[in-house]
Amino acid sequence: MADYDIPTLKEEIDRETVEQVLALDVDKYKYGFETDIESDVAAVGLSEDTIRFISAKKEEPEWMLEWRLEAFRRWLTMDEPNWAKVHYPKIDFQNISYYAAPKSFKGPKSLDEVDPELLRTYEKLGIPLKEQAILAGVEGAAESVGTPFGANVAVDAVFDSVSVVTTFRAELAKQGIIFCSISEAIREYPELVQKYLGSVVPVSDNYYATLNCAVFTDGSFVYIPKGVRCPMELSTYFRINEKKTGQFERTLIIADDDSYVSYLEGCTAPMRDEHQLHAAVVELVALDNAEIKYSTVQNWYPGDKNGKGGIYNFVTKRGDCRGVNSHISWTQVETGSAITWKYPSCILRGDGSRGEFYSIAISNGYQQVDSGTKMIHLGKNTSSRIISKGIAAGFSDNTYRGQVSAHAKAKNARNFTQCDSLLIGDKCGAHTVPYIESRNGTAVFEHEATTSKISDDQMFYCQQRGLSDEEAVALIVNGFVRDVLQHLPMEFMVETQKLISISLEGSVG
Amino acid sequence: MTTPVLEIRNLHARIEDREILKGVNLIIPPGEVHAIMGRNGSGKSTLSYVLAGKEDYEITEGEVLLNGENILELGPDERAAAGLFLAFQYPIEIPGVATMTFLKAALNAQRKARGEEELKTPDFMRLVKEAGSQLNIDSDMLKRPLNVGFSGGEKKRAEIMQMALLKPSLAVLDETDSGLDIDALQVVSKGVNALRDGQRSMLVITHYQRLLNHIVPDVVHVFSDGRIVESGDKDLALKLEAEGYANYGGEAA
Ligand SMILES: Nc1ncnc2c1ncn2[C@@H]1O[C@H](COP(=O)(O)OP(=O)(O)OP(=O)(O)O)[C@@H](O)[C@H]1O
Ligand SMILES: [Mg+2]
Repeated sequence: MADYDIPTLKEEIDRETVEQVLALDVDKYKYGFETDIESDVAAVGLSEDTIRFISAKKEEPEWMLEWRLEAFRRWLTMDEPNWAKVHYPKIDFQNISYYAAPKSFKGPKSLDEVDPELLRTYEKLGIPLKEQAILAGVEGAAESVGTPFGANVAVDAVFDSVSVVTTFRAELAKQGIIFCSISEAIREYPELVQKYLGSVVPVSDNYYATLNCAVFTDGSFVYIPKGVRCPMELSTYFRINEKKTGQFERTLIIADDDSYVSYLEGCTAPMRDEHQLHAAVVELVALDNAEIKYSTVQNWYPGDKNGKGGIYNFVTKRGDCRGVNSHISWTQVETGSAITWKYPSCILRGDGSRGEFYSIAISNGYQQVDSGTKMIHLGKNTSSRIISKGIAAGFSDNTYRGQVSAHAKAKNARNFTQCDSLLIGDKCGAHTVPYIESRNGTAVFEHEATTSKISDDQMFYCQQRGLSDEEAVALIVNGFVRDVLQHLPMEFMVETQKLISISLEGSVG
Repeated sequence: MTTPVLEIRNLHARIEDREILKGVNLIIPPGEVHAIMGRNGSGKSTLSYVLAGKEDYEITEGEVLLNGENILELGPDERAAAGLFLAFQYPIEIPGVATMTFLKAALNAQRKARGEEELKTPDFMRLVKEAGSQLNIDSDMLKRPLNVGFSGGEKKRAEIMQMALLKPSLAVLDETDSGLDIDALQVVSKGVNALRDGQRSMLVITHYQRLLNHIVPDVVHVFSDGRIVESGDKDLALKLEAEGYANYGGEAA
C-alpha cells in the first residue's frame, strides 16, 4: 500500500479558506469600512496649480515638477480612449481631488509615530504592519493565515495619497536593497529615479498614464543591487479612504544584473456610492539575468449589486526585460472594481528574455473587466507564456484582450497562450480578443481558448457530498484557477481563495 | 418497532411531462441491504436521484422518510448531512480539485452541518488512509483532480472510498459494479461490507446477480416501469438471471 502524504499546505489552505469565508458574518465587501481621520485634501479640480500643490507638498526637486507639468500639458491634448469593451459615464476630471493625506501626516515616520487610527485600519485589513506583530507571526504561522500577508513580508502601505510606513527597511538596507516610497526616492535617490522613471511607460504612453505622470502622489520604489536575491517578499498595500479622491500611484522596480525580487501588491477601498478613480502606473526594469515576480490581488470595491458606486481601475503596468536572459512574470487576481482596464505587459528586449502573465479575473454583479496582456518580442530567442482564467457571474462582462507581437529581429520568438473562461449563470458574458502579429518567420505563437459553464451535474454531485451551493461554486472555481493559483506566493494564495468565495457570493441560487 | 432507515411511500415523480416513478413503496430497516434489479430505463437511477434531491424532478405524490424524517423538503446537501449517500452510476469530473481536497471539503461540510467539529489534518489523514487502503487507492490518485482521467473502475472505487469516509446511514449504490474487473469487484464489495454494522442500510442497484454473491442482500426487488413489482430473498436474483424480465411486463429496452 502506498504511503499517504500530509496534504500539501495548499490543499489544507483550500479548506481553511472556505471555512474562514463562511465564518465571516459581514457585508459582502468586508473591507468596506471607513477610517475616521482628519485629512488634508487638495481642492477638487485639476490645473497646473494642482500639480504645483502636489509637488510642493512632497517637497520635490524642480526637475520633478517640470516633468509633471510637461506631462500635464501633453495630457490636455489627448483624448480618453474608448476602445476597451467597457462602458461608463464620462469621468469629470475636474470633480476629483488629486491629493489627500491624513492630517496628522508630516513626512516619513517610524512606526511608533504613526497615527494609531491608521494602524488600526491596517490591522482591520489584516496587514501585519507592526514589526512586532510580523515577528510574532513567525512563530505562529497559522495566525498569519487569512491575513493578506504572511510573516516574512516587508510592507509599504499607501493610504490615499501618502506612503505611511515602510517596514523592515533596515534589514533590507544591509544588502543594499532600497525599498521606500517613490516620494522619498525622488528626494534621496534622484539619479536612479531620473534614469528609470518613464523609461518603460513613456510620459505620452496613454491617456491615464500621462495623467498619472502629472498627478501621481505616491507609490513604492524598489532597487535590488547586482547579484542580490531579495530575502523577503516586498509589498505595497493600497487603500483609498477619502471621498472623491483619485489614487494615482507610481511604482518603479529595478532589478539590477543577476538579482531577484518578488513583489506583492494588494488593494482595498471603502464602500462608496460615487465612483472613485484609480489610475496607477507600474514600471519594472529587469537587467541582465535578473528576475522580477510581480503579483497583484486587486479587490477594490466593485459597486453594489445594482452597479452603483465602485472603483474605476485604469492601470498601466509594464515590465521591460532590458537585459539578456531577464525574466518578468506578472500574476494577477482581479476581483474588484466596477470597471477594470488593465494590461500588464512585457517588453522582451534582451536576447533570451522571458515574460509570463498569469491571471485570474472574476466578475460578478454588474462589473466590467477588460484585462489581458501584451507580450512584445524584440530580442532573439525570447519566450512568453500567458495563462488567463476569466470567471464571469451575475450580469457581468469579462473580456480577455491580449496582444503578442514579434518584431523583425525577434528570431525564434515563442509564445504560448491559454485563455479559459468559466461562466456562472446565463446573464454574463466572456470574450476573448487575441491579437497576434509576427514580422519574423521563425516566430511560433500558439493560442488555445476554452469556454465552459459550471454544470448542474457538477453542482449536484458536490451537493450530494454535503457542500452547500456556494461552497460547491467556490470549490469548482478554485479548481478552475488552479494552474494560476500555483504561481502566487503563499501569502496571496490564501487571500485569493478567500476572495474567490467572497466575490462569487450570491452568484448561484 | 424500530424506525426504518428508509421508508418510501407511494412515490411519484416526473421529469418534464413524463412520469417516471409511478408509485414506489419501499421499507429498509436498519442494517439491511436491499437490491434493486430491473430493465434499462425502468427508472432505477431516477429513484436514486429523487432520493438524493436532484432538482430536475417534480415529485407529484408520496413521501420519503430517512430515519423517520421527511426529507423531500431538504436540499441535496442537507440530505447528505442527514446521512444519505449516493454512489453515482456516472461519477462527475471536477477539474482542478484534488481528490484529497474534495474529500476533506465534503467531510467537513457534513460535520459542520451536523454541528460537529471539523477534523484536524492528522485525524483526517488517518481516516483517508483507512478508507483508501481498503480500496487500493494510493496517494497519487488522491492528488489527481477528482474523477478527471480516472478509468471507469477507478471512478467506482473513488465513489466507494467517499462512502467509506462519509459513513452514511443510507447508501444508494447505482450500478457500482458496472465496469469493474473481477478483482476490483472483490475490493469494492469488501469496502461495502466493511460498512455493514447492523445499523447502516444500503440500496444496491445492479444488473448482475454476481455482485450479490459478494454483497449478500436481505431483500431483492424487481423494478419495472417506475415501481417495485416483486420482492423476495436473494434467490430472486438467481431466478431473474435465468429468466430475464419477461414475466414483469413492460417492453424490453
Ligand atoms: N431528462 C430527462 N428527460 C426525459 N426523460 C428522461 C430524462 N432523464 C431520464 N429520462 C428517462 O427516464 C427513464 C428512466 O431512466 P433511468 O436512468 O432512471 O433508468 P435506469 O433504470 O437507471 O436505466 P439503466 O439500467 O439503463 O441505468 C428512461 O426512459 C430515461 O430516458
Ligand atoms: Mg441507471
